[in-house]
Amino acid sequence: MVKNRLFMLILAIIVSIPLNASAVEPSEILQNPQLELRARNLSQNIRCLVCQNQSIDDSNASLARDLRKIVREQLVSGASDSEIYEFLIARYGDFILLRPPVKATTYILWYGPLFIFFAGLSLSVLFLIRRKRVLPEEPLSPEEQEELSSLISGKEEG
Amino acid sequence: MIAELGHYALVLALLIALVQTTVPLYGAARNDFSLMGVAQPAATAQFIAIAIAFGALTHAYVTSDFSVINVAENSHSLKPLLYKISGVWGNHEGSMILWVLILALFGFAVAQFGIHLPPTLKARVLSVQASIGVAFLGFILLTSNPFLRLDPAPIDGRDLNPLLQDPGLAFHPPMLYLGYVGFSMAFSFAVAALIEGRVDPAWARWVRPWTLAAWIALTAGITLGSWWAYYELGWGGWWYWDPVENASFMPWLSGTALLHSAVVVEKRDALKSWTILLAILTFALSLMGTFLVRSGVLTSVHAFAVDPERGLYILAILVLFVGGALIMFALRAPSMKLGGLFQPISREGGLVMNNLLLSVATATVFIGTLYPLFLDATTGQKVSVGPPFFNATFVPVMIPLVLLMAIGPMLAWKRGDLSAAMSRLWFAVALSFGISIFVFWLHSNEPLTPVIGFALAGWLAGGTLKEFADRIGLFRDRLSRSLSKARRLPRSAYGMTLAHLGLSIFICGAVADSAWRTEVVINAKERDKTSIAGFEAQLESVNRLEGPNYHLERATVVIRKNGEYVTRVFPERRFYPVQQMPTTEAAIYTTLLADVYVSLGEGSKDQGWTLRLWYNPLIPWIWAGCLIMVLGGLISLSDRRLRIGAPFKRAHKKVQENGLLENA
Amino acid sequence: MRKLIYLGPLLFFIITAVYFALPILKGKDPRILPSAMIEKNIPDLNLPPLLETKPGIDKQALMGEIQLVNFFSSWCGPCRTEHDFLMRINKSEIIPIYGINYKDKQNAAKAWLLDLGDPYERIGRDIDGRTAIDWGVYGVPETYLIDKHGRIQYRHVGPLSESIFKEKISPVIKALRKQTNG
Repeated sequence: MVKNRLFMLILAIIVSIPLNASAVEPSEILQNPQLELRARNLSQNIRCLVCQNQSIDDSNASLARDLRKIVREQLVSGASDSEIYEFLIARYGDFILLRPPVKATTYILWYGPLFIFFAGLSLSVLFLIRRKRVLPEEPLSPEEQEELSSLISGKEEG
Repeated sequence: MIAELGHYALVLALLIALVQTTVPLYGAARNDFSLMGVAQPAATAQFIAIAIAFGALTHAYVTSDFSVINVAENSHSLKPLLYKISGVWGNHEGSMILWVLILALFGFAVAQFGIHLPPTLKARVLSVQASIGVAFLGFILLTSNPFLRLDPAPIDGRDLNPLLQDPGLAFHPPMLYLGYVGFSMAFSFAVAALIEGRVDPAWARWVRPWTLAAWIALTAGITLGSWWAYYELGWGGWWYWDPVENASFMPWLSGTALLHSAVVVEKRDALKSWTILLAILTFALSLMGTFLVRSGVLTSVHAFAVDPERGLYILAILVLFVGGALIMFALRAPSMKLGGLFQPISREGGLVMNNLLLSVATATVFIGTLYPLFLDATTGQKVSVGPPFFNATFVPVMIPLVLLMAIGPMLAWKRGDLSAAMSRLWFAVALSFGISIFVFWLHSNEPLTPVIGFALAGWLAGGTLKEFADRIGLFRDRLSRSLSKARRLPRSAYGMTLAHLGLSIFICGAVADSAWRTEVVINAKERDKTSIAGFEAQLESVNRLEGPNYHLERATVVIRKNGEYVTRVFPERRFYPVQQMPTTEAAIYTTLLADVYVSLGEGSKDQGWTLRLWYNPLIPWIWAGCLIMVLGGLISLSDRRLRIGAPFKRAHKKVQENGLLENA
Repeated sequence: MRKLIYLGPLLFFIITAVYFALPILKGKDPRILPSAMIEKNIPDLNLPPLLETKPGIDKQALMGEIQLVNFFSSWCGPCRTEHDFLMRINKSEIIPIYGINYKDKQNAAKAWLLDLGDPYERIGRDIDGRTAIDWGVYGVPETYLIDKHGRIQYRHVGPLSESIFKEKISPVIKALRKQTNG
């Protein structure tokens, strides 16, 4: 009898996901491990709107819990990832996604770093080429040559 | 009385800073030694004055003087002494005092130890440093004075946020500020060089130790903060790409580029403009960080109390100093003499690429952190940029950098032989391959991404070790010869090797933890068991207890492996009545190779408690790797060649001995 | 040309500084989210009544006239702050207010209204908070302005006050009324 109770009480599912954190309650966990995995991944991409920079997966705020439940309910009823995102975006805007969508308003965001890399690369290459042209190596003048040899011989003595 | 003394000391410091800004600068323009000489005692006096102010504020906290508003808002009589002291900098006003204290400390240090700096350069450097002090002391006195009184004084204070009542967090801000604010010295050197109109290798020799010191402190500070978040916040995460975390990471990335760039200026008299620009940029990022945290412009867990007026003031400081420096850069840098020649394929070339990649990394974090602000200001649209963005964009920039880190040191200065370098790297390839196979064998049915991460780490470690081995002729000469070479190697060589190895170890930890972390969440009553990663955990009991200024529930969890007892851990849930705030204190069982992390959730005897367990593979390697980087930096800093006085002194003595100069 | 490149960092910095200054000067609170439902139809809803004396709320009830929908809870402090003003709106009969009681205990909400007054034409109970999510609510109190076709025209986050009503909501109401008349 004790064993049955144990079994009923322990809703343990071992999940192997790239996880940083979790506020998921044992009662929320779905029976189907694949769906639960999707739920966790989706949740980590959905922002908790009443927290400061947390996902609904991380936060134990009540709104976060409600949103987690909705995600799981929709998964169980067969919704795809994008459908779930669409559902949330329709109500809360793009802001609710932690991974910003790639659209005209976010081109600078997503392609900026790449652009800067190529701009920087061109600048560096130009810079390196220009130096070769501007600074040819000059040989020493006769006076400088003499000074050099006297310094060297001075050092050998001293 | 003492608070008024502190207040007075601040005003005095401001006046001294004003003198220190103007007089030496004028003296340097006129080559007037007595005017330039004002800088040193002024810097000393400024430091002492601010130290007195800091001491006065600390006294108010330690004695729980609630007539001082700052103490009343942030402290409480029941708080343990350590947290009364750390509470001094746990709030906006107090932390600004710490800020200017460290600013003055660096000025004082240069004044004292920079005996052999050319007088004009020294005067200008201290002048610029003091000007920053003027700006921030003004800011404190006008908008953020911690010495204001409250009448009548309340009986007790509002207490410090419980999350901040923690040893790790007590030391995180001072360490971080030593870093952030420390980069002000590199900035001052850069601006002084622009004022002078020239940069010679000696300048780099003097810049490098201060930049290195700041870099070491910032690395340590960020590591402390990350480790604190890991054990304190209860969720086992160690990096959230939170705007304020990013605000400290950006100067670190830029500061790393600066450090490497300064090496080229010193050794080859090249990349001077880049180095100056990086010095300005790094401090600009520090100032920007200060602005972001205190202006309320971005939401963050870290943000201090929001105040737009303060935000505008700091923004004005930012515009004045960074704008001013960049104007000087645009005017002076083009006419600076170009330095040493080098081929694109050379160590200099490698360091140029290094600078470029680190700058792109900085830019990536910058764009990600500030884009929501930018978009909102232009279109009113709101968008979130969270960890998924940074993981997708930052990591790809790091990959070529890590690849480069093994190749660069193998190239000679001025003209490198790429094919020779690549053939020497056979060891790196072998190590990388070996580790990849091993990792793949351990986790064969899983995605390949972590294998790539470990391959990179192996490549970096192999390249670093091979470079060191080649330098001392290991396996090539007799062992005794190699050992004597090793003894004579400059400490900076050890520093570099350790720092790069540290990064490699960090990569292993970060990759392993992200990829293979496992989690178990259960509802457990007393004596229930569960298992994770080969360990068995049993909830023995949960007790209610009283702490110094909080109530708590403490669970006792027994961990066993293969039936054998391993350890007991005690996760807690605390409640601080004054601030009405609960916190979780996770219990961590650490081994060299992993952490078992146990966290207690809500619950009761009848319903059972929520128990969360994580198995975090190689996570100790994250902190170990960072600490090794800090160690490498410290060893490098202790290199005699980097001590500002040493080289000049030795040459100076020799010149005297040879009778070529009289009483020089 | 070369010299222009050296100006690059300065230009970039100036642009950045301007973008820092704008939000401070505009006085924006970064935590307030604009509604994604403006100009959209109100979602379907069917909420049970809170009181015996007043009906609950369904979609039909919210169509046909310009009205305010106010999400509130008895456990919410700012809701208490705005309640006085809601009572005044009710008294002056400028615009009808419909209340949605968000994630609340029935008795607590009843007692709250008894204590502070009841400004609502109808009150529906959103017991599990799903309706609120359908409206894009992320906290209480929030107030929505609905036109007579059942479209959301404005949302205010946080407690309502006379100044906010005058400055932000009144103009929208006036514009909507003009549309229907002229």
